Amino acid sequence: MSASQTITDLAPLKLVIVGHVDHGKSTLIGRMLHDTGSLPDGKVEAVKAMSDRRGMPMEWAFVLDALQAERDQGITIDTTQIFFKTPTRPYVIIDAPGHKEFLKNMVSGAASADAAILVVDAKEGVQEQTRRHGYILQLLGLEQVVVAVNKMDLVDHAKGRFDEVAGEVRDYLASMGITPAAILPVSARHGDGLAAKSENMPWFSGPTLIAALDALEPKPLPVELPLRFPVQDVYKFDERRILAGRIESGKLNVGDTLLFSPSNTRAKVQSIEAWSVNGPVLSAAAGQSIGITLDDQLFVERGHVASHESEPPVQTNVFRARIFWLGRAPLEVGRRYKLKLATLEHPVEVQAIERVIDVSDLSERPADRIERNEVGEVVLRARAMLSVDEFTANPRLGRFVLIDGYDMAGGGLISMEGFHDLRRANAPTSQNITAVETRVTTDARWTANGHRSGVLWLTGLSGAGKSTLALELEQALFRKGWQVYVLDGDNIRFGLSADLGFAPKDREENIRRVGEVAALFARAGVLVITAFISPYRSDRDRARAVAPDLFHEVYVNAGLAVCEERDPKGLYKKARSGEILEFTGISAPYEAPDNAEVEIDTGALPLPQSVEQLLSYVEANFSTKGS
Amino acid sequence: MNHLDSLEAQSVYILREAFNKFDRLGMLWSLGKDSNVMLWLAKKAFFGHVPFPAMFCDTGKKFPEMYAFQKEYSEKWGLNFIRRDCPPIEEIDPTLPPAARSAARKTEALKRLIAELDLQAVIAGIRRDEEATRAKERVFSPRGENAEWDFRDQPPEFWDQYKTDFAPGTHIRVHPLLHWTELDIWLYIQREGIPLVPLYFSRDGKRYRSLGDMDITNPVASDADTVEKIIAELRGTKVAERSGRAMDHEAEDAFERLRSAGYM
Repeated sequence: MSASQTITDLAPLKLVIVGHVDHGKSTLIGRMLHDTGSLPDGKVEAVKAMSDRRGMPMEWAFVLDALQAERDQGITIDTTQIFFKTPTRPYVIIDAPGHKEFLKNMVSGAASADAAILVVDAKEGVQEQTRRHGYILQLLGLEQVVVAVNKMDLVDHAKGRFDEVAGEVRDYLASMGITPAAILPVSARHGDGLAAKSENMPWFSGPTLIAALDALEPKPLPVELPLRFPVQDVYKFDERRILAGRIESGKLNVGDTLLFSPSNTRAKVQSIEAWSVNGPVLSAAAGQSIGITLDDQLFVERGHVASHESEPPVQTNVFRARIFWLGRAPLEVGRRYKLKLATLEHPVEVQAIERVIDVSDLSERPADRIERNEVGEVVLRARAMLSVDEFTANPRLGRFVLIDGYDMAGGGLISMEGFHDLRRANAPTSQNITAVETRVTTDARWTANGHRSGVLWLTGLSGAGKSTLALELEQALFRKGWQVYVLDGDNIRFGLSADLGFAPKDREENIRRVGEVAALFARAGVLVITAFISPYRSDRDRARAVAPDLFHEVYVNAGLAVCEERDPKGLYKKARSGEILEFTGISAPYEAPDNAEVEIDTGALPLPQSVEQLLSYVEANFSTKGS
Repeated sequence: MNHLDSLEAQSVYILREAFNKFDRLGMLWSLGKDSNVMLWLAKKAFFGHVPFPAMFCDTGKKFPEMYAFQKEYSEKWGLNFIRRDCPPIEEIDPTLPPAARSAARKTEALKRLIAELDLQAVIAGIRRDEEATRAKERVFSPRGENAEWDFRDQPPEFWDQYKTDFAPGTHIRVHPLLHWTELDIWLYIQREGIPLVPLYFSRDGKRYRSLGDMDITNPVASDADTVEKIIAELRGTKVAERSGRAMDHEAEDAFERLRSAGYM
C-alpha cells in the first residue's frame, strides 16, 4: 500500500476556521480544498457555473455554500463539516460563521476541534469578531491556533503591513495566554501561500498554510488524568446488570475498586462487558464507551461518577464558573437553570454574577445579568452535592452546559477558587464503617408520633431572637403532644463540643457536629429545632446535606441595628469596644440564606406573631393529620 | 484507540443517550450499508440487544436482494421489525421533480409511522460527508409538528451535550453516524465482518454504491467484488457517493427541499 492509501485510515484532524465576517474564511476553505486536490470531480465547474450565473468572478466560497438560502445572502449561516486530505493526513474542517449572532454555531464547531485557523484580513486587521472568536477558542481550551493573514493581494503583498497585523494578532492572543503555532501571509482567492509557496511574497520564509497545519497535533485523549467514569445508564437486558458509560479520563481495569460519587460507595469491577469482540476485555481507557459489572449490587444511577479512591472528583454544592451565554433571555441572579455536566443533570441557581467580561478588550465590569453572546463569571449553587472537577484539572468534568426551559442557553468552566472541596468534611475518616439498616423506618416513627420529623435550622444574627423563638415553639409543640427538642449553643458546648473553642475552624466543626446530631434526632422521629448563628452558607449547606430531605432552613431576620439595640447579652457593646474579636455582624460576616424555606421578620413582628408564623409553617409541613 | 475505535465509541455514546432520553424510540433500517452498521453499533451499545424497533418504510420498489436480506437478518439479529407501505405517488406534492417526488413517499410513510407508534425520536443513519445539506445537521436534530427541519435555527451542540429538552409536539431525529465518512463505513464493515446486501459488490462490471428504489438508483462501473477492493476503489475515487441517486441532482435545491420537509 502506498502512503496515500494508509493516511485516509487515520483519524482526521479537526479544524475550526474562525475570524471576522468577510475576512475570507469560506474562500480560504474552498481554495484549500481545490489546492489539495480534495474536490470531487465536476465541483470546480459547478462553482464556476454558479459564479457565472450570478455575474461574479470565480467565487471559491460557493464550494461550501451548499444551501440555496446561503448563496442568496452571500454569507455562511451554519457550521459545515468538510473533509479533505494532504499527503500527511486527513482533515475535517468546520466552517464557523462570522456573524455576531451566530456564536452558538461557532461554539458547536469549535468545541470539538483540535486546532483553529484564525483568518484576519490584511487590510482591516484585528476586528471585533477576531477578538471575540479568539477569546472563545481560549475559553473552549483550544490552544493550537494558526493565523492566516488573508487578502495580502489587496495590500500589495507588503511585508510591512503583514508584520503590523501579525504583531497585533500576536499581542491579543498573548493577552489570553495563546501562542499561535504560526502566523502566515496568504491570498486565499489566488491560492497564494496555501499549498504552494507564494511567489508574490518571497520575503516570507515561514511555512505554507498546509505545511503549518501538517505540523499540528491532534488533541490527546486524557488517558493520564485520574479516572472519571460517569454512569450513562444502567442496563438489565439479561442476567447481567451493566453500568454503561464512557470513560472521560484515565483508565480502569477488571478488579479495580471504584468509588462512586456522590454516594461514596465502593465496589470492585467484576467484568468489562462487550459484544462481538475477541476474548475478554480486561481494561479500558479514556474515550471508550464501555459497560462494567460490579461485585456488589450498589445503588448506582445515571449521573453518578466512578473514580479510584485515591483521586476522587471534587464534591461541592457551590462553585464559580466562567460562562458564555447563548440564551435568548439573559442569565440573571436568582434564576434557576438545569445544569448538564457529562451525564449529570441537576438544577442550579445563580447565586451571584461576579463580573461580565468584554471580550473585545478584556475589560471587566460588575453586572446583574449576562446577555446573549456575553461572557461572565458567576457563582452557581445546587441543593445537593455534585461531583465535579476544576476545568484546569480535568476539562471533561470541569465543563457543563445550562438549560433554560427547553434550550441549551450557555456553557461554563468550573473553578473552585474560594470554595472548599466538601468531600473530606463529609466523609468518615474511619474505613471500617458499615451503615446499619434499622428495622424501624422513619415513616413508621412518623405514623406512631402523628407528625413528621425533621430539622428546623434557625439562623440569624445574635439577638435576632433565635433561642427565644426556638424555646417558645418547642413548648407550644410539646403541649400538642409532639416529639420536639431544641439544640442550643450551650447544651452542645458543655458536652459534645467541649473540646472546641471559637476559632473559625472550631466554629465550623461545632456546626458540623450540630448538623450530624440534628439529623440523628430527626431520623429518630423528633422534630429538632437548632438555634445557632451559623453565619456561613457553606456550613449550613453541609448540615442540609446530612439529611437534605428533612432539613428546613429558617431565616430569623432582624436587622443589625435592631439586634445591636436589643443586645440582650451585652455582646455587641463588647464587640464594638474590641473586647470580642470576630463578632458576627460587626467584625465577621453574616451570609444571609438565599433560599431559606421560611423567613421570620423578627425585626418587625412581635414575639407572639413570630411564634405563630413559625408554628403554622410547622403544622403545614410536619403534621400528618388530614394528609 | 484507533480511528475506527473512536468513531464506534462516539456512536455508541449517542445511541445510549437516545435510549436514555426517549421511551418511545425507533431506528430506521433502510437495509443499506449504513443502516446495517448502525444496527451493529446498537448491538455494541446494548450488549447484543436492539432495544427498539427497526423500522422499514417500504416503497415496494426495492431490489429483490434487499427484501431477501431483510427477511434473513430480522431473524438472525433478533429485531423487532416493523414494515409499513409508503403511500402512492398521487398523494405526494406534485411540484417536486419526479425522482424527488418518488423519494418523498418515504417521508410521508415515516410521518405516518411516527404518528402511529407515537414515537418521540427516530434514529437515522445519515452522514455529514454524504451530501451538503446533511453536513449542516446536528446529532440530536429537532423537528416541528410536521417533521420540518429549520436549518437556520438549529440548537447549539457541544461537549457531547445534545438537545434533550423539548416543547410538547417536538420530534427528534438522532444521527449516530453523522461523523462517519463512506470510507469509514467500509473500513468498519471490513473490521467487524458486517453482512450486506450483495448488490454493493460488482457483478458484470457494475456495482451499487448507494441503494435506493430500483427506478431511481443507478449502479457505477466497478470491478470491486470484495470489501477490500471497494475500500481500494474508494481511496482513489472523486465521484460523489450519491451520484447514482437521481433525486439529488434534479435541481440545485431539490434535496434541500426534501430535507426541510422531513426527508432523512
